[in-house]
Amino acid sequence: MTPVATPFFFYFFATIAIVSAVLVITMRNAVHSAIALIFTLLSLAGFYLMLYAPFVAGVQIILYVGGIMVLFLFVIMLVNLEQAQQEEQFNQQWLVGLLATLVLGALLGYVFVKGKGVFPERLAQLPEAENTQQIGAMLYGQYLLPFEIASVLLLVAMVGAVVMAKRKI
Amino acid sequence: MAEISTLHYLVVAAALFAIGTIGVLTRRNLVIVLMSIELILNAVTLNLVAFSRIHNLQGQVFSIFIIAAAAAEAAVGLGILIAFFRNKETVHADEADLLKW
Repeated sequence: MTPVATPFFFYFFATIAIVSAVLVITMRNAVHSAIALIFTLLSLAGFYLMLYAPFVAGVQIILYVGGIMVLFLFVIMLVNLEQAQQEEQFNQQWLVGLLATLVLGALLGYVFVKGKGVFPERLAQLPEAENTQQIGAMLYGQYLLPFEIASVLLLVAMVGAVVMAKRKI
Repeated sequence: MAEISTLHYLVVAAALFAIGTIGVLTRRNLVIVLMSIELILNAVTLNLVAFSRIHNLQGQVFSIFIIAAAAAEAAVGLGILIAFFRNKETVHADEADLLKW
């Protein structure tokens, strides 16, 4: 299936992603920031679909939006943030942080301008289907050890989160 | 802008990375700081998947592991945040000063 209207979808998702990211760091209410982050994650899932990565897009929506952001919203509701809403939102070093990040952004821009010729002119059109099968074959074949370590990592994180949040250990 | 090349995705990822870094460095609310860290991780994941488009599938496999590690880190970070809130009744970053000399 040939891609249609790729520039339109790219700029649409890019605008939503960047505007929502700016809203994440500037909103006063933490719930509003969480909703803006959900919009960013959904537009990134749209990017992954455009990049011929449907499995990663599905994992992003199910795990990131449906798992991590729901966890964030639970914790925001659990923690009483009314007092935090009235206070000053940005710390004293905000100007230094902004300048340092702008320097980082300028460095990244310089790298992009210099290395523009590295990327191929026309991207090859990949065949449809078989993405999930190939990722599954890689996860159970070449990357079996990181796969098992990731499951141990999740177990450790689960135990750690339960111990951290208990009242009496 | 005729053709959307890999560089377009890298620029978006760099912008998200910079916005996430600004959020980590300048916000006082610890929940927003944790969300900015998630923004940074997502920018890196977009970078990996964009490069995976022109090479093999290893970038996508790595991005799955990044999402799993981000889930683990978010869970533990929020657990620490809850424990901190239980002691200090606030999520202000300036209140975490018990180790200051």
